[in-house]
Amino acid sequence: MSAQTATEESAAPRTEAIASALTSVARPPRPSALSTSVTFGWRALLKIKHVPEQLFDVTVFPVMMTLLFTYLFGGAIAGSPADYIAYIAPGVLVQSVLFITMYTGSNLRTDIDRGVFDRFRSLPIWRPSPLVGMLLGDGIRFLVASLITAAVCLAIGWRPGGGVLGVGAGIALVLVFAFSLGWIWTFLSLVLRTPQAIMGVAGFTLMPLLFGSNIFVDPSTMPGWLQAWVDVNPVSDLVTAVRALMDGTALGGELAMALLWSAGLVAVFGTLTMWRYRDPR
Amino acid sequence: MTQLAIETEGLTKIYGDTRAVDGIDLAIPRGGVHGFLGPNGAGKTTAIRMLATLIRPDGGSGRVLGYDIERQSDEVRSRVGLTGQFASVDEDLSGLENLRLIARLYGFRGAAATARADELLAAFSLDDAADRQVKKYSGGMRRRIDIAASLVVSPELLFLDEPTTGLDPRARNEVWDIIRALVRHGTTVMLTTQYLDEADQLADRISVIDSGRIIAEGTSSELKASVGSGTVHVRVMHRDDRDTARAILSKELGVELDTTHDPQALVAALEDRSGVTRALAALESAGIELAQFALGQPTLDEVFLALTGHAAEDEEAA
Repeated sequence: MSAQTATEESAAPRTEAIASALTSVARPPRPSALSTSVTFGWRALLKIKHVPEQLFDVTVFPVMMTLLFTYLFGGAIAGSPADYIAYIAPGVLVQSVLFITMYTGSNLRTDIDRGVFDRFRSLPIWRPSPLVGMLLGDGIRFLVASLITAAVCLAIGWRPGGGVLGVGAGIALVLVFAFSLGWIWTFLSLVLRTPQAIMGVAGFTLMPLLFGSNIFVDPSTMPGWLQAWVDVNPVSDLVTAVRALMDGTALGGELAMALLWSAGLVAVFGTLTMWRYRDPR
Repeated sequence: MTQLAIETEGLTKIYGDTRAVDGIDLAIPRGGVHGFLGPNGAGKTTAIRMLATLIRPDGGSGRVLGYDIERQSDEVRSRVGLTGQFASVDEDLSGLENLRLIARLYGFRGAAATARADELLAAFSLDDAADRQVKKYSGGMRRRIDIAASLVVSPELLFLDEPTTGLDPRARNEVWDIIRALVRHGTTVMLTTQYLDEADQLADRISVIDSGRIIAEGTSSELKASVGSGTVHVRVMHRDDRDTARAILSKELGVELDTTHDPQALVAALEDRSGVTRALAALESAGIELAQFALGQPTLDEVFLALTGHAAEDEEAA
């Protein structure tokens, strides 16, 4: 240990002060579910303050994705990157955010391994609030990723017909879906034992969802079996709805489908998560 | 009426083929320190985690402060505190932020949460380190912030899971002082430890646990008495005398004496001490010079060895 800690060790705990601290305050009333969830969201922000590196994935990754896909495929798919950006911008935004959601799982696993999570679980609070708060805090990271992706797309020539409101509504829908998808990763992190395993399974799950979708190309160019998958893939519904919102075109049933999928994910994986949460490994 | 702090019947937890906790019956009164003593992997932490409602039992039942640990877990959680290897604080945050976080989760708002955090930091002499990340704390400071986090609201019962493991002697003494202060205040403490002297120093009653079962229970003196009235340690001045001394002593004391690695030493557990004076006189008349003759209460180490057939501290952490 350093000399600095050695000098601070010289201060022994004051037992009289500890005894008086035990009686000095009345216990406040139990906080609401919302209040504790928001408090855990506040913790996520404090962690960003102390470990700003964790913003790396939400800043650099979306920029890289956007530039790479636009310039790599733009000429081949749409004739030019400038034409392609109009098609791909909403999709690449969805992709950037959904990719980042998988860090939720490995972060939670790290919390569990470090023992912080048992402290939270030992508190008399609304049980899902540490997880809800964590996902709310991640929502901030997802928002940052969305705004950066949108900014890059705008800088390279994207002119969405839906205007600021349309883009804002699209981002809001992506965040709702990302929050819901997060429950899959919280469940995984209570079942699998290492952050690496969680990232592996999450990556494996996200690949077909993101690439087997209408993010990059029009599904009408695909073989029948792939079209069938793209058709049932919830990410396709999400992307179609986000596109319509951002382009300012007519919304189809996809908005309802995307919201329905979100609700379903929370219902299924939220329940599974809370079931494992009572007795995790 | 709930006189007992902890009450369990056949409490069991199974992981795969291992019965981590294998049918534990406890009846622990309120007040004072109850020690849970056993080697690593004995099931101490698993038992504590069940009692603190962190994991669910696979069999048996438990009541903490009168509340069922499965059906009334929320009532239990609002009355107990937990500190240990598995209930820690967020090492990325500062000490102040950690305590504010816990305070807010207990319902303190804004300024009240900060005031409570400041009060605890001062009491635990961590005010200078309040704004530093916990991962930069020393081992002793780290343990103090862990305990402080359990005292944000005063718990009626505090679980301390191996609170001094890995600490240097001085930090260990500080934690002991804290525990004594809590007990004086009226908090019931359930302490797990693999250190026999820690149980001896702090615990009013001790449950000895091995392979998921409680193999003995009682006060420190009762446990010691259960392995006889004491131990005699003898060292002869000249190693050639040892065999003669051994023969004389076993005749006078009525017990077999064991030899140790030390070629001059003999040791035996005594059933009663009445033959000791005669034995000394017999050694003197045989002309055997002694370097040491010590008669002591058995240590908890010896108790543990007698109860389990293996020493308490020879199993290293997994």
